[in-house]
Amino acid sequence: MLKRVFPHPLLSLTLLLVWLMLVNKVTPGNILLGGFLGIVVPILTSPYWPGRPRLKRPFMTVPYVLLVIWDIIVANIQVALIILFKPRSKIHSKWVVVPLDLTSPEAITVLAGTITMTPGTVSALLSSDGTSLLVHCLHTDDPDGVRDEIKTRYEARLKEIFG
Amino acid sequence: MFAEILVSAFLVIAGIFGLVGSFGLLKLNDTMQRLHAPTKATTLGVGGVLIASMLYFLLVKDNLSFHELLITLFLFLTAPVSALFIAQTHILMGLRRTDLPPTGGEHDWSIFDDPPEQDPQETDQPQT
Repeated sequence: MLKRVFPHPLLSLTLLLVWLMLVNKVTPGNILLGGFLGIVVPILTSPYWPGRPRLKRPFMTVPYVLLVIWDIIVANIQVALIILFKPRSKIHSKWVVVPLDLTSPEAITVLAGTITMTPGTVSALLSSDGTSLLVHCLHTDDPDGVRDEIKTRYEARLKEIFG
Repeated sequence: MFAEILVSAFLVIAGIFGLVGSFGLLKLNDTMQRLHAPTKATTLGVGGVLIASMLYFLLVKDNLSFHELLITLFLFLTAPVSALFIAQTHILMGLRRTDLPPTGGEHDWSIFDDPPEQDPQETDQPQT
């Protein structure tokens, strides 16, 4: 019964929170309306997400998000310094191939998004069998180091979250 | 007074990063390099404006505003996707297969090679 009303409790909670943030006022009426949306939208859209992944450790996402936000700030400063002070000829851009241990499409999506937002790297392509990711690095002299950092810093943590 | 200084500081920081991001578009050499400028420098540019706006409403106008958090969320969801689209279009239109490193696996990059017949990821998801 509870499963039928809340097929996706996390989505219901997210919808309620996003609704409250959108109307920007926390009143009983808004909570009621947000709760209503949080129940109806997941039920109506449930046919579109069969076999969705379960997070093994949902609470591990909090330190992950904080780490990524910190890395984004650092990335901004690093890229700004490269743009401002490095002469064009001294910017060594390289392609880096990252072999993936993650298998679920959602986890790979999060990893690719994280790589794009963080220090000097943009994810560009996935191999057709989904086992390696092509990353473009703005400036590096050590492509292997970049690959290892992505694997230990982000992929290992995502692996723990998605299980 | 203190609040206003804080808000202005964030606005100035945001402006600097926005400017550097745009300057990067001019300075860098090719499309892949230029892609780094808007995906990085601009996040902090927009982020700074949003933090300034939130602080302004919180400290000066005395009401908490959540819209900025939502904008941040939507920005973080959409920026990597558009960057990925630009990168893939650029690779498809402007580069040859030999410009890219090999995948290190059996299969080639997705825009040059069809997915294998029995994709292990597809079998996880029951077709309805």
